[in-house]
Amino acid sequence: MLRRTTTISGIDAPARLAELLDHHDYLADEGVTTAAYLALKMGRPLFLEGEAGVGKTELAKTLAAILDAPLIRLQCHEGLDAAQAMYDWDFPRQLLHLKAAEAAGVADVAALEGEIYDRRFLIARPLLRALETQPSVLLVDEIDRADDEFEAFLLEVLSDFTISVPEIGTISAATPPVVVLTSNRTREVHDALKRRCLYHWLEHPGFDREVAILRRRLPGCAERLAADVARAAGRMREAGLLKPPGVAESLDWTEALLTLGAAELDPALAAATLGAVLKHREDQETVRAMGLLTPGGGRG
Amino acid sequence: MADGVAVARRAGDGPGPVAVLAGFARALRAAGVAADHHRTQSFLAALGHLDAADGRDVYWAGRLTLCAGPDDLPRYDRCFAAYFSASSAVRRVRGTTVSVTRPVATPYGGGEQEPAGEPGAPPATASEIEVLRHRDVARMSEAERREAHRLLALLRGTRQPRRSRRYRPSPHGGATDARRTVREILRHGGAPARLRRRVRGTRPRRVVMLVDVSGSMAAYADTLLRFAHALVRAEPRATEVFSVGTRLTRITPALRHRDPGLAMDACSAAIPDWSGGTRLGEEVRALLRLPDPRGAIVVIASDGWERGPADLLGAQMARLSRLARRVVWVNPHKGDPAYRPMTAGIRAALPYVTDFVAGHSLAAYEALAALLAGDRPVRRAGTARKEGADA
Repeated sequence: MLRRTTTISGIDAPARLAELLDHHDYLADEGVTTAAYLALKMGRPLFLEGEAGVGKTELAKTLAAILDAPLIRLQCHEGLDAAQAMYDWDFPRQLLHLKAAEAAGVADVAALEGEIYDRRFLIARPLLRALETQPSVLLVDEIDRADDEFEAFLLEVLSDFTISVPEIGTISAATPPVVVLTSNRTREVHDALKRRCLYHWLEHPGFDREVAILRRRLPGCAERLAADVARAAGRMREAGLLKPPGVAESLDWTEALLTLGAAELDPALAAATLGAVLKHREDQETVRAMGLLTPGGGRG
Repeated sequence: MADGVAVARRAGDGPGPVAVLAGFARALRAAGVAADHHRTQSFLAALGHLDAADGRDVYWAGRLTLCAGPDDLPRYDRCFAAYFSASSAVRRVRGTTVSVTRPVATPYGGGEQEPAGEPGAPPATASEIEVLRHRDVARMSEAERREAHRLLALLRGTRQPRRSRRYRPSPHGGATDARRTVREILRHGGAPARLRRRVRGTRPRRVVMLVDVSGSMAAYADTLLRFAHALVRAEPRATEVFSVGTRLTRITPALRHRDPGLAMDACSAAIPDWSGGTRLGEEVRALLRLPDPRGAIVVIASDGWERGPADLLGAQMARLSRLARRVVWVNPHKGDPAYRPMTAGIRAALPYVTDFVAGHSLAAYEALAALLAGDRPVRRAGTARKEGADA
């Protein structure tokens, strides 16, 4: 029996990592496996791009499970600043400490100043927490939503795995965390950041892999239903929709069909559950008009 | 595997495996992949963890370290296959069409761009400039066009800022900045200090410009690209430019050259579909799927001679108008007083356009720049059309 969790040094070949990913129900192809293996071995951040729902975030979660390490997640948004991403001083506690010292009649101002800027008054935000937690997996999610200023903060952290706090000095990680950055590519991320990372473009899975994923993730799903859903999802991806469904959507869809007790994808059920897989009215209309929901439809 | 043998074979008659791999990175650079020195180092380091004799491992180590975007992948695959000449082991990874770059003459001067302000041509006088400003670009002489391009390069492509989510300290007014206030108090040993304030900063609003380079726009494409260049130079991080024709091509990197002539050369090398047809509907759809037009000012420069179905263009424009802050349509033919929007494409698109403006003369481009900068355009009665959703 394979051990379910391991350390980075215990993973000695991409094939071994593929086994571990498989054990944690992440069915990875050769590219993902090699990318993750190199990220672990080289201590480099892994930059994952791809359409929504191809399993970027899921990979970070699975790596955390494999290494039995906490997943520290930083969701990016515009205006994200150092106080939210790196660290912040606990001002109320500092003030309380000051008042207490005053009440006790402490006269040594220099010593008091040193006390106020002690590590215990520093609140660790995700980036600092990831440096101080070992081992850990840091997920910087949807970096394309953050702005240029934030990318600059991130550069320092990801190149040296250090954070400098002016009042304390430099905090560095003894062993760097495993870092996964994801982007939906709504804008180009600066090349300086990409250069420090391993870059991988995630594709939608092929038919066989998608069937395997559906059956693995939803144990109650019969071969027939999984194949029907995977085939329909594959055709939808080629139909030029606004939002082609990812694996996440086909999983949702299959789950919805299972809840309704479906054993195969019949047109009536497909139409009733279409909202689980397509979230735009235009897309639903396109798919209906192309006859993609009838078995064998839209093939010609 | 075959590729590994190829690495060994190449290494056998050459200076060694490292030189072979570095040579591969050099070949990639020549193919337009940004495989710089830093990335090449990463490539070699990655192979240290894998099996350098296995072609698949070499393939993935290179792809993960040397590529920077999905556009690089087809180039990488071609280059890998060619360099290690064992294409059988490398499957095509993405099903995208491979763009072939070929040198194509720009509408004027056969792709050779003289630097603006040539020593031979004396700068125009004020009254000449005034005449030039209103002349149709398509009817200009070579010298006039050079002068017009020089003036276009001086255009300020700034735009109306938008409110940022990032705060900045403000000396007068705004919300209380608790963090800085308490910090100030701590600095003074706990004695109450002055309240610090903060307000939201501003950022330049994003402009996404689509320049039609199809045959019917040939007389204006060069000038429009120069206008786009002025926009990119003013706000390099907040401008995206795409050429549209039979396909959507991102040409922002080409326009980042400071020199307009070099930028135009880079554009003509990057655009694969000069003087073809227009399938604007499909391209607006492609635009809606890749770079996010949310909150941006979208400028479409086209005459609306749409080859694709007009209802597709209408549907995509409807969606665009819901996402974008403002949709500006620049039509070079609109400068003609007799012009009426009759083509099916433009009739389908117009209901969703915030501003429908002319784009035939310098004066028209100045008005467009002023529109983007937040000034109201100078409108002649009856020519401006304002319909549809105004964000």
